[in-house]
Amino acid sequence: MKFSDQLEQRFATMVTHYPTKRSVLVPMLLYIQDELGSLTEEAIHEIAQRVELSDLEVRNVISYYSMLRTRAVGKYNFQICTNVSCLLRGAEDIFEQCKKKLGVGNKQTTSDGLFYLEEVECIGACSWAPAMMMNYEFVENLTAAKIDELIEGLKKKEQQ
Amino acid sequence: MAYLVSHPDEVKVVSKRFGKGATSLDRYLELDGYKALQKALTMQPDAIINEVKASNLRGRGGAGFPTGMKWSFVPKQSPKPKYVLCNGDESEPGTCKDRLIFEHDPHSVIEGVMIAALAVGAKTGYIYLRGEYRYLVQIMEKAVADAYARGFIGKNIFGSGVDLDIFVHSGAGAYEVGEESALMESLEGKRGIPRIRPPFPAVVGLWGGPTVINNAESLASVPHIILGGGEWFAKLGTPKNGGTRLFCMSGELERPGVYELPMGYNLKKMIYDVAGGMVKGKKLKGVVPGGSSVQIITPDEIDVAMDFDSLPKVGSMLGSGGVIVIDDHTCLVKFALRVTQFYQHESCGWCIPCREGTDWMKKTLVRMHSGGGVAKDIDNLKYLAENMLGRTFCPLGDAAAMPIISYVQKFRSEFEDHLNGKPCPYEKAAQPVMV
Amino acid sequence: MADITLTVDGKKLTVPAGTLLIEACKGAGIEVPFFCYYPNLSLQGACRMCLVEIEKMPKLQTACTTLVAEGMVVTTESDKVKQARKSMLELLLANHPLDCPVCDAGGECELQDMTFKYGAAESKFMDLKNHRDEQQWSPVVYFDRPRCILCYRCIRVCGEGMDVWSLGIQNRGPSSIIAPNKEDHLECEECGMCIDICPVGALTSGAYRYKTRPWEMKHVGTVCTHCGDGCKTTLGVRRADTGMQIVRGDNRDKSGINGEFLCIKGRYAFDFAHHPERLPQPLVKREGKLVPTTWEQAFDLIAKKFQDALTSDGPTSIGVIGSNHTSNEENYLLQKFARLVLGTNNIDHHRTADFPAFASALAGKQNTTASMRDVFSAPAVLLIGNDPTEQHPLLAWQIRSDVRLHRAKLYVVNSSAIKLHRQATSFAQIVSGSEGNFVQFLAGNDKAADSVVSPNLTREALTTLRDALKNESGLVIIFGSELRGADVKALVDFGLAQGAKFICLGDYANSRGAADMGLYPDMLPGYAPVLTATRYHEEWLDEIPPIPGMNLLQMMDAAKNGKLKALYVVGSNPIARNNIDPFALSKSFVIVQDMFLTETASIADVVLPVANAYEKSGTYTNTSGDVQMLKKAGEFAGVRNDFECIVRIAARMGYDVHKLVPFGGAGTRADMGQTRGAQSGESDRHAVWLASHNLEPKMSPYDPTAMLDEIQRLVPGYDISRLNLLAGQDVHSQLVQITGATGMGDPALIMPANDSLFTSGTLGKFSDTLNTVYERYSPPHDLEMAADYDPQVRMGG
Repeated sequence: MKFSDQLEQRFATMVTHYPTKRSVLVPMLLYIQDELGSLTEEAIHEIAQRVELSDLEVRNVISYYSMLRTRAVGKYNFQICTNVSCLLRGAEDIFEQCKKKLGVGNKQTTSDGLFYLEEVECIGACSWAPAMMMNYEFVENLTAAKIDELIEGLKKKEQQ
Repeated sequence: MAYLVSHPDEVKVVSKRFGKGATSLDRYLELDGYKALQKALTMQPDAIINEVKASNLRGRGGAGFPTGMKWSFVPKQSPKPKYVLCNGDESEPGTCKDRLIFEHDPHSVIEGVMIAALAVGAKTGYIYLRGEYRYLVQIMEKAVADAYARGFIGKNIFGSGVDLDIFVHSGAGAYEVGEESALMESLEGKRGIPRIRPPFPAVVGLWGGPTVINNAESLASVPHIILGGGEWFAKLGTPKNGGTRLFCMSGELERPGVYELPMGYNLKKMIYDVAGGMVKGKKLKGVVPGGSSVQIITPDEIDVAMDFDSLPKVGSMLGSGGVIVIDDHTCLVKFALRVTQFYQHESCGWCIPCREGTDWMKKTLVRMHSGGGVAKDIDNLKYLAENMLGRTFCPLGDAAAMPIISYVQKFRSEFEDHLNGKPCPYEKAAQPVMV
Repeated sequence: MADITLTVDGKKLTVPAGTLLIEACKGAGIEVPFFCYYPNLSLQGACRMCLVEIEKMPKLQTACTTLVAEGMVVTTESDKVKQARKSMLELLLANHPLDCPVCDAGGECELQDMTFKYGAAESKFMDLKNHRDEQQWSPVVYFDRPRCILCYRCIRVCGEGMDVWSLGIQNRGPSSIIAPNKEDHLECEECGMCIDICPVGALTSGAYRYKTRPWEMKHVGTVCTHCGDGCKTTLGVRRADTGMQIVRGDNRDKSGINGEFLCIKGRYAFDFAHHPERLPQPLVKREGKLVPTTWEQAFDLIAKKFQDALTSDGPTSIGVIGSNHTSNEENYLLQKFARLVLGTNNIDHHRTADFPAFASALAGKQNTTASMRDVFSAPAVLLIGNDPTEQHPLLAWQIRSDVRLHRAKLYVVNSSAIKLHRQATSFAQIVSGSEGNFVQFLAGNDKAADSVVSPNLTREALTTLRDALKNESGLVIIFGSELRGADVKALVDFGLAQGAKFICLGDYANSRGAADMGLYPDMLPGYAPVLTATRYHEEWLDEIPPIPGMNLLQMMDAAKNGKLKALYVVGSNPIARNNIDPFALSKSFVIVQDMFLTETASIADVVLPVANAYEKSGTYTNTSGDVQMLKKAGEFAGVRNDFECIVRIAARMGYDVHKLVPFGGAGTRADMGQTRGAQSGESDRHAVWLASHNLEPKMSPYDPTAMLDEIQRLVPGYDISRLNLLAGQDVHSQLVQITGATGMGDPALIMPANDSLFTSGTLGKFSDTLNTVYERYSPPHDLEMAADYDPQVRMGG
C-alpha cells in the first residue's frame, strides 16, 4: 500500500521525534484511519513494515485502543457520551433520540452509509453535558431538537 | 468548543488567560508568556525544584502527589536521556479541565513542560493528548510550531545554550493510558498496559530513561509558580494544598462549568453558590467530588473543604477535580452500573481482579437494575469491590472498587429497592444501559 | 553478589541479592502460588496469586516482582493473604467454564489444584459466563478462550523462548484474548510449547485432545527418537488392542537435558508407532511377493542363508548395514555379530557427520566435548554451518536461552542467514561451501579467506571475527557436517589452543551412538582401527577379521556385481537414502529389520518387524555425547526388538550367545521383563523394583544392560555413572580416540539428512502429524515439481 503524500510527510516527520520507530504507531494508526476510514489489512501490513513490527503486534495494539477500528463505519460518526455527567443530564434520551432518528442501534451504520451511531465513554465535556462527538467535533449541551437539527442538516448537505 | 463561565470567588491563575486569545503566541507574550521560562533559564535546577516544592503544588491528575518531590526523584546523572511527559490523556469521567487549558492557553503547558525539563535536566518533552481531543492536538501542534519558529523551543533557547525539544503526541482512545506507566507504554507505540513498579518512571521511564510525568494542569501551574514564587502559590490554598484548582462542576446544576477556586474551597458553597445550586425541581442526592473514581458523599457531608486532606475525612478524595452532582431523579443503582460499565470497558485486562471483578460487578448491576437482583447481590458487590481494592496491578482496579463500596455503604436502601423483581422505582422504564 | 537476610513466616533466609522473593520462598520450601510467574520468562505481576504481606507496606505485594531486601519481613500465610488468594480464584472462576470433566487439563490443571488448595467451596457467581467458540489454530494447536486465565505464559514462551512471536494479546479488559499471528490461525514452528506451558486447558493439542484422562495413562520419560539432540520426552501410554499405545508426548518431566523444551517431533511425532502400515508379523518373499510367515521360519531361513553364503563365498560375501535409530547396545551387538558371528568387517551405516575425524582430532584430550547442557551456560558460542533451528531444535533453544538469560556471545558463521543470526553478536555470511576455508583462515591461513569473503563479508570483518574468537574463553564450538576431515582437525586445533569445547552435529537420534559403537568397516567401537590389536581382541574370544571391510557404497557395488550374497539391513533404508537402484540388490539375499515396508524392505527377502526406540530399553548417545537410557513406553503386538532378533539369528547359526552377550551367571536364565518395560505383568514389577534401586537384572541374553556392561568396560568414554543413567539422567560421555590414528572414515560418505523441523526421515514419513504440518507449510503451488512427483519421496530415508 502507498501512503498519501500527507501521511508520508507526517510519518517522515514523526519518526524523528522518538528514539524508536514503533513510537509513532498509535498516532499514525489514527491518522491512517482518518484517511482510509478504517485500518485495512494492507494498511496494517504497511505500517508494520515501516515500524519493523509483525502484523500481529500491530493488530495487538489496534485492538487495545477504542478509537481504532478495522472495519469502516458511516461517514458521520455519532459518538454519544452516556457516562455519568451526561447520564445525569439525559444522555440516555439523547441516545434514544439518535436511534429513533437514524433508525439504527448502537455500533451500527445507516443503510445509506452516512451515519454511524455509537455510545461512548466520557469525552471530556462533563460541564457541558449532554454531549457527543461528530467525527472529531464536539457537540455539547445537547437536546433532542438539537440532534434532529444536526441530522437534518447533514442529510441536506449530502443531498446537495 | 467549550464554554467559559465565571464567578467572583474564582482566583484565576491557570485560567487567567482563558478567553483572551492566548493561543496566539504574540498575545501569550503580551500576557507574560515565556517570562517564567526565561527566569527558569537563569535558575539552578535545584532552585526550580525547591520553588515548586515550596508551592505545595500537588498532582492535578488525581493522586495529589507533590510535584516538586516527584521531580527531585529524577537522578541528576543518567546514562540514558531524560524526558518530561505531559499527561493530557484527560479521561476521568466528570473531568474536562485540561481541555480548557489546551484550548485557551496552549503555551502555558509548553512553558510548564520546558521548566520541568530544565529542573530535571531533560532535553525532550512530550505532550500526550487523548485521541478524542483532535482539535486540541492541532492547537498544540500549532503552538509548538510557533514557539519553534521563534526559537523558544529547539536549539539554544533564548540564547541560553540549552537545547530542548517538545513534541505533541496523540492517543487513540484508552482511559487506562492516563495511568503514568501505561502512558509511557502508549507513547512507545504499545498497548497501554501499566508497567511493574518499582522501578518508578523517575528512574526508569520512557525508553528506559528517567522520566517526569505530570498532569497538564500541574505543568500549566508551574510557570505561575516560577513567576509568582512558590510561597505565593502555596498561600492561595490551604496548608499542604497549594494554589488553586480547576473544578469541573457537572450534573443538574444551574450553572455547570469549570471554575478555578482556591484549594480548600467549601464544597457546599461550590454547589449552591458558585454553580448556582440544583436546577429547579431537583434535589441533591449525593456528590462524587473528584471524578468517577472517588467515593460518593451524602448531602449532609458536603460542608467540607475541597482539598486532598479534608475529603478523606468524609470518606472520599479530591481526585481529578471533577465534581459530579447527583440529583434525586437519578437511580443510584443505574449510576453505579454506568460507573462500573466504564471501568469494565476501560480495564486493560492485564490482572485478574480488575478484569474479572469489573465484569462480574457489571453483570450483577445490570441484573439488579433490571429487577433480577437478590439480597445477597448487595453484599457480594461489596465483597467483590473489597477484594479488588489494593490488590490490582494498577490503580484502575481501586478506582472501580472504591465507588462501589461507598455506594453500597451510603445508599444501601436504593440497592434494596431493586430486589426480587421490583422495577426501578426511580425511573419510568428500567433498562440496562450499554450492555 | 552479596547475600541478603530476610524473614519469611518467621524463618530467617539468606539468599543472594537480586533474588525474587518468590524464588527465595521456593528455595526455603515455602510455597507461594502463582499462575503468570514462570522462571526464566519476563515478569508480569498479572495474576496476583502470589500476593504476600511485607512489613511496612500497606498493600499486599506480589512476591514474583519483589526483590528481596535486607531485613524484609514477609508473611505468606496470614488471613489477609489467604483471603486474597481465595478471592482471586473466585474471580477467575467467575468466567471460567466448569467443564473440567471433559477438559484435557482436568486432573493436571493448575487452576484446579489451586482451587482445591486455596479456593472457596461456594460459588457466588450467578450470571452468564462470557463465551467464545473454540478455535483450531493449526493441526496441533487448539484454543478455547473461555478456559484461558490470561497468564500470558504462552505469549512469552513463544516469543522470548522460541523467538517465534506468533502469539499476541488483543482487545482489552474482559474481552482480552490470546491471538494467533494470522488472525484465525497460526503460522509457527508448531513446537507446542504454548500448550505445555498453559496452566489450564485453554491451549490443547490436536494430537491428544479428548483422547483420554491423564490418570488413565502411565507416564514414561524416555528419549526422543527423532533428531540428534536427545530430548527427554514423557510419553503417556494407555492400553489398546495392539499393546500399550502412546497417546501423548509432552514435557512433564522437566528434569531432562531439554529442561522446558520440546519441539513438534518430540511432542507429537510419536504417532509413527501406531501408523496403520506398521508391520505386525515377519514377511518372507515367495514367488516375488512378501507374505506373512512365523518368526521361527524367518529366523531359520535367515540363519540358513547366512550359513550358505559363508560356506559358498566366505565372510566377505555378507554385508551389514546398521541404524542411526537403534540403541547403543543394539549397534554394539550388531557390529559384534558381524565381526564374530559372520566374521566380516563389511558393516556400515548412514553417516551424517565426520565423527571419526572429530575423534581423531581430539585424540587423548580429556573434557573437550561440550554437553548439551554446557551450551546453556557457555559464555560464548561459535556455530559454523548447520541450521539448528531446523535440524537441532534443542540446541537452538539452548543457544537462544544462553544469549537471552546469560548474555552469552554468539558467533554465527553460515552461508545463509539462518534464524539464529537474530541472536548472534556477530554473523558472518560466508560463501556457500567455504566453511572449510573459513576454518583454515581461523587456523591462521590468511589466503584461505579468498574464497570466504563475499559482498556480505569483508576480509576486515573476518579478521575482526577471528581476533574476537581468539579472545573468548569458555567458548563452545559447534559445527555441522559442512566440516569434515582435515577441516575438523584445523578447527579443533584452533579451539583447543584457547580451551574451547566442541560439539559435532550429526543428524539422527543415535547417529553418534552408531559411530561410537563402531558401525564402520574399518573401525571398532570407540573408533579403534580394526588393524590394531585392541581390548576388543582380548575380550572377544573369537578373532576379529584382520582387514577392513566394505563401506556402504562398496557393498552396494558388490551387490550389483553379484558378489554380495547376503545383506543384513537393520533399521536403515539405503535404497531411498543413498538413491540405490533397487535392482542392484536383486542378486543378494536381503534381510531387513524395520517397522515399515520401506523402499529397502519392500525388495527384501525377509522382513522382520521390530520395535522402535519408544518400545524398548537401551541407551542412546546424542550428538554432543550425552548418554541417556531409553525407557519402554509403547508396545506393538507382534514385533520384536532388534536386539532379540540379532541374538536369535546368532543362536540359530549355532553361535554361543554367551560369547555375544555377557549375561547372567550360572543358573539364571530368566527374562525379568526389562525388555518389555513397565506394563507387561508381574515379572516386570520386579524389574522395575530392581531398576528403581539401581540394581541390574542382566539375567537374559536379550538384556541390553548386559551389553551395556561390556560397552562400559571396553568403549573409551562410556565408563560413566550407571547410577545417574538408570535414574533417567543424561550422562556426558567423553569422546576419546585411543590410538590417534587418522585418515579413517571417508568424508565423502557423509550425507546430511537435511531434515527440517517438520520432517524426520522414515519416521517422519509415517507420522501423520508431521505430514499434516509439513503439507500445511508447503502448499503444492509453492513447489516446483514434476508431474510424477511423489510427495513422500522427500522424506524417504
